[in-house]
Amino acid sequence: MAGQTAASTTDSAVISTRGLTKRYRGGQLAVDALDLSVPRGSVFGFLGPNGSGKTTTIRMLLGLIEPTEGGAVLLGEPMPRAARHVLPRVGALIEGPALYGFLSGRDNLLRYDAADPTADPATRTARVGHALERVGLAAAGSKKARAYSLGMKQRLGLAAALLQPRELLVLDEPTNGLDPQGMREIRSLVRELAGDGITVFLSSHLLDEIEQVCTHTAVMNRGRLITQGTVAEMSAAGARGKLAVTTPDTAEAARVLKERGVTDLVTEGDEITGDPPAADLAELNAALVEAGVRVRAFGVKRASLEDVFVQLTGEGFDVAG
Amino acid sequence: MSRAELTEERASGRPGAERPDGAAAAGAPARSRAVWSLGLFRSELTITFRRWRTLALLAVLAAVPILVGVAVRIETSDGGSIGSGGGEGPAFISQITNNGLFLVFTSLAATLPFFLPMSIGVIAGDSVAGEASAGTLRYLLVAPSGRTRLLLAKFTTVLVFCLAATLTVAVSALITGALLFPTGEVTLLSGTAIPFSEGLLRCLAVAVLVAVSLLGLAALGLFISTLTNSGIAAMAATVGLLITVQIVNTIPQLHAVHPFLFPHYWLSFADVLRDPVYWDDILKNLGVQALYTAVFGSAAWARFTGRDITA
Repeated sequence: MAGQTAASTTDSAVISTRGLTKRYRGGQLAVDALDLSVPRGSVFGFLGPNGSGKTTTIRMLLGLIEPTEGGAVLLGEPMPRAARHVLPRVGALIEGPALYGFLSGRDNLLRYDAADPTADPATRTARVGHALERVGLAAAGSKKARAYSLGMKQRLGLAAALLQPRELLVLDEPTNGLDPQGMREIRSLVRELAGDGITVFLSSHLLDEIEQVCTHTAVMNRGRLITQGTVAEMSAAGARGKLAVTTPDTAEAARVLKERGVTDLVTEGDEITGDPPAADLAELNAALVEAGVRVRAFGVKRASLEDVFVQLTGEGFDVAG
Repeated sequence: MSRAELTEERASGRPGAERPDGAAAAGAPARSRAVWSLGLFRSELTITFRRWRTLALLAVLAAVPILVGVAVRIETSDGGSIGSGGGEGPAFISQITNNGLFLVFTSLAATLPFFLPMSIGVIAGDSVAGEASAGTLRYLLVAPSGRTRLLLAKFTTVLVFCLAATLTVAVSALITGALLFPTGEVTLLSGTAIPFSEGLLRCLAVAVLVAVSLLGLAALGLFISTLTNSGIAAMAATVGLLITVQIVNTIPQLHAVHPFLFPHYWLSFADVLRDPVYWDDILKNLGVQALYTAVFGSAAWARFTGRDITA
């Protein structure tokens, strides 16, 4: 595993960590020997409950926190040593946006751009304007940031991450605090950016968000990496699909299904779910109809990431204690 | 300052070529590398001087000479002399009626023990800790501003504020003095008379000297600012420390430590008003400020570059 990580570091991995560990001064182990590998061009979902060490990991990747042990390689260069060369190519949104309330949105971006030594001052105004347009804040650019709603602040934070052409975007909970419309817009923006060939590293505790946007995912819990792979792999490997039948005649249906080898039957309202047998499901449906069961819906539910998560951790998706 | 930044740039100086596909570097012509060092510093200055808090501090400082000038004018309007009401005011206050220029020295002497350093404490204490508590520090660092570069920009800005604050007092005093009192030949403390133009030059020298006197406190404030994530705590700690040191400075039994306290030689600027200038205490003052700047500047750097940014 370690050897494989090292080999993939140079060519395809945009982020790669080996034994990345952070122990805080109190002795609390926030991140425990993390081996993470994010392929170039992927939309990588970094998943875990609150307090599982996601943010500490992101801060170590970006050179804000010094790892206790192990190391991280970002865009082929070691962090935090090469921060000066690597970070201009990385856009980041860390634990929500942070703005100067007394400055306008535009001035906030000018400020952040001025902090980047590689940013060309001659194109600064144009790039700021473009970034504001990209996140849909062009009209509100001259408003004071303190008057922004949380959603607008989040967008401005994203705009700051898009001030320069980036190779990697690290987005920590980018849809936090947004209304459903805003969430959808951010997701489509993420897809669009990924379409431009930018690798997106997206942390979230919202499972369906990862499922909708990401190609790859890793799951963290209590500071440890539980699993990583493509989203398709995870859903497939984690749990087989469940058979679901909706019918008003639940008792009769349950009897027939049990007879035909469906196990683990659960009846909830007018829906029965269970693990399907290896046999053809069409036969199963025919048998139900033959027995006079009125079937409203019949199908296999794909396992969600949440199912996978619960299966992997053996516990609910709660705050780690 | 600029030399330090240049060195840093040279140390970092492996430009564009090193980037594999140079997405960021391609757009930036080589020329921009030469001016970037000023970009952050300029941004820092704008941020500091656009804050209401900074403007309020400067306004308070500008009001002190006006208050002193008007009070002296009212008290002496009946032809009486200053101090006839008993008690003593700040240094030079009795000379103001002879020459408005002395209002500059009086005002600096009046604000130097507390008002001026307090405003420096607020700005320096807030410099790093304020960014940390607002959360903007992490975004500046991943921009990436570079920790040393950011700290240098912060410190330079505090120094500029020291000068701006002192000049605010001096200019406000000069204008008030010229409007309310006669001006003309200046009689120095040693009794020599010098022309008004040279008096103005000495004024400027005094103002610069006062600004430099505040360096030690500025470095101390910057260091405290790197210790905490709370801007308010850093400001309060810096100002609290200032008060404590000022108190220690007045306790005769502690005279052994007095020469090492940053405010001890603050009022030595008066020696500029002698002919010939009495350099002894002025140089000691400069030495103490240099020592504090070196010690606490390095401490701030060591702390800030090695610290985990969790805010």
